[in-house]
Amino acid sequence: MDERFAPALAALPADLAAHIVLSAAALVLGMLIALPLAAFAARRPRLRAVALGLAGVVQTIPALALLALFYPLLLAGSTLVRPLGLSLPALGFLPSLMALSLFAVLPMLRNGIEGLIGLDPAVLEAADAVGMTAWQRLRIVELPLAAPVVMAGVRTAAVWTIGTATLATTVGQTCLGNLIFTGLQTEDWVTVLVGCIAAALLAITVDALLALVQRGVSPRKPARVIAGAGLLIAGVIAALAALAPGTHTRYVVGAKNFGEQFILAALIRDRLAATGAQVEVRSGLGSAVAFRALAASDIDVYVDYSGTLWTNVMGRTDTPAPAAMRASITRWMTATRGVRVLGPLGFENAYALAMRRDRAAALGVRTIADLARVAPRLTLGADLEFLGRPEWRAIAHAYGLHFAASRAFSPTFMYRALGDGTVDVISAFSSDGRIAERDLVLLTDPAQAIPAYDALILLSPARAHDMRLVRALSPLIGSITPERMRTANLSVDRDAGKISPDAAAALLAAPPVRRNAGG
Amino acid sequence: MNAVIELAGVSKTFAGARVLHDLTIAIAEGSFTALVGASGSGKTTTLKLVNRLVVADGGTVRVLGDPVDSLPVTALRRRIGYVFQGIGLFPHMSVAENIGITPRLLGWDRARIAQRVAELLKLVALPADYAVRLPAALSGGERQRIGMARALAAGAKIMLMDEPMGALDPVTRDRLGRDYRALHGALGLTTLMVTHDIQEALLLADRVVVMAAGRIVADASPRALLEGGAAPEAAALIEVATRQSAEIAAMRAGSADG
Repeated sequence: MDERFAPALAALPADLAAHIVLSAAALVLGMLIALPLAAFAARRPRLRAVALGLAGVVQTIPALALLALFYPLLLAGSTLVRPLGLSLPALGFLPSLMALSLFAVLPMLRNGIEGLIGLDPAVLEAADAVGMTAWQRLRIVELPLAAPVVMAGVRTAAVWTIGTATLATTVGQTCLGNLIFTGLQTEDWVTVLVGCIAAALLAITVDALLALVQRGVSPRKPARVIAGAGLLIAGVIAALAALAPGTHTRYVVGAKNFGEQFILAALIRDRLAATGAQVEVRSGLGSAVAFRALAASDIDVYVDYSGTLWTNVMGRTDTPAPAAMRASITRWMTATRGVRVLGPLGFENAYALAMRRDRAAALGVRTIADLARVAPRLTLGADLEFLGRPEWRAIAHAYGLHFAASRAFSPTFMYRALGDGTVDVISAFSSDGRIAERDLVLLTDPAQAIPAYDALILLSPARAHDMRLVRALSPLIGSITPERMRTANLSVDRDAGKISPDAAAALLAAPPVRRNAGG
Repeated sequence: MNAVIELAGVSKTFAGARVLHDLTIAIAEGSFTALVGASGSGKTTTLKLVNRLVVADGGTVRVLGDPVDSLPVTALRRRIGYVFQGIGLFPHMSVAENIGITPRLLGWDRARIAQRVAELLKLVALPADYAVRLPAALSGGERQRIGMARALAAGAKIMLMDEPMGALDPVTRDRLGRDYRALHGALGLTTLMVTHDIQEALLLADRVVVMAAGRIVADASPRALLEGGAAPEAAALIEVATRQSAEIAAMRAGSADG
């Protein structure tokens, strides 16, 4: 076996087991909603139209958005049930389950209704005339006859659910998407491929077993139904068994969706694991999701950046000096969210605008102010968040920046687009190793429109005074210089000879150069 | 003689159109009554009032002396046999399961149902090994024999038949009609049969009720109808039937002569 498959294959069993459990739960819940609704609505034309219309509307919402929407909904729900002493986990399994179940409803509802209304009216008249009650008619006649069509809907729903479940990574649910998203961010195509192939094989296998059940229900071959359903159930039980020991996780480390975050999460995980604690990493979280998850104590610790917290969480538009900003963030977090800022790691990862050195020289651009003059002829490439962030509005406003066009990319593709001239300017991160590697220039910010982005370790309200956590992580404060972070980032981002985020974290941890954090 | 089915002053309107006007009729025990009329005359609606597949707007419908809405509709239907042109055999069930459905709903035990199915297959003149077949493996005439067996399975004494032989070829139709007529007599059934075929009505029934536009326009024995004196709508039907028979007989005589 090729060396490069080793890390992906090591993560595969746990991801696959979680994927199976999530998909199966969502499919069963979707079935419990769709099939009774189909039976109830089939003979009621108005209700039928409303139910199909609603399910259709749900289907038009992008899966990623639906998953993300359940986060604030569950947070609000959690607020509602708090007086009862309950809390809803807003991250991970529950929002994934709800979104995926809703997605699974439409194909099963549509086929359920079509299967029932497509039955021979003479057969239904006979069912009434021999003296069946409505329930007997459904059980003895309608369901067995509609079963092949209903099962076709279940098969469609199963394949959709297994495919869509890969997106559950973004709300912090472990699944095969972890391999795909991590691999995409670090350009580790082997890992992406392992995730995709595993999801595809799972979908094909489940579809084949459901096909066996389907062929069994129509010509009444109970052996087929038992074999197909039995294997499906056995698979789910095996997945549950595989997950069982991991359910008592003590600490949950969050990570956003780019390489540096993966490395830092691995670093934090390794330090906590060294104390003997059970640790789980939830990576691939959106920027806003990560902070809200921490504030709700759904995750215990993650690294965020002062400028991001300042503008996006606190809604500030001024740009004080880095130390002053850190001090007011620390006060604000404790006072309003109960979140503890443990301290800065020692490096900054600022938003910056970057250009190819040759292009910048040709256009005579050294500062963002220079850029503003030529921007109307240029194209901006941004990561998926940048154009929606207040920092971008602040820069654009401060310099009067107007580009001919702007396009969003995932970070790795953004660098490719800059390299081949598809875009002229990109939103880069100052700690990104690719800036030096690709000989890019960062444009200076004379108007100081961009705030500081010191990397800060944040602890959730529930863990703010967890001494084991504080003791394990305090040595990291001020320990990572910008150069070391850039080297680590490059080691996972570069095209040739790249290493995994876990290996980069080990390198970063190796010689902990203690340095004053500087306020 | 006792009236087992009584309709008194019954009216019915579908989507604003009045299909039955103040209809009154009594069906005597052991009789074989044919309801005849053109499409839209109200004959099928009249039939379905009896097992509440259609519910009357006004008037009363009684079966064996009790108003049909005085007992649960499932109980009513389980004691009345219903046979119709669509047959409606359950395609996923074997012949035995189809025949045994009403006994099953009534909670009979398996052995009793199996015995009853065997009896009924013999009664409708089908081989015993048909029990395990699926309906799709039978001919149209055989399917309707199973439909009749299913209607009789729980011992119903009242049979409602809606164009029971409407979809069958003439030879099958003739044989099945004669066989059912014999069953009707042997089992002491009371049969109410809807048909648009006046010849079938005249040959099978002992009473022919002619309907037009939601009213009864003639009600007599086949012999009395043939002797004339009926309402114009009935007279026209009889005239067509007798003239066609005569023409065919004449043709046959002509070819024999030549």
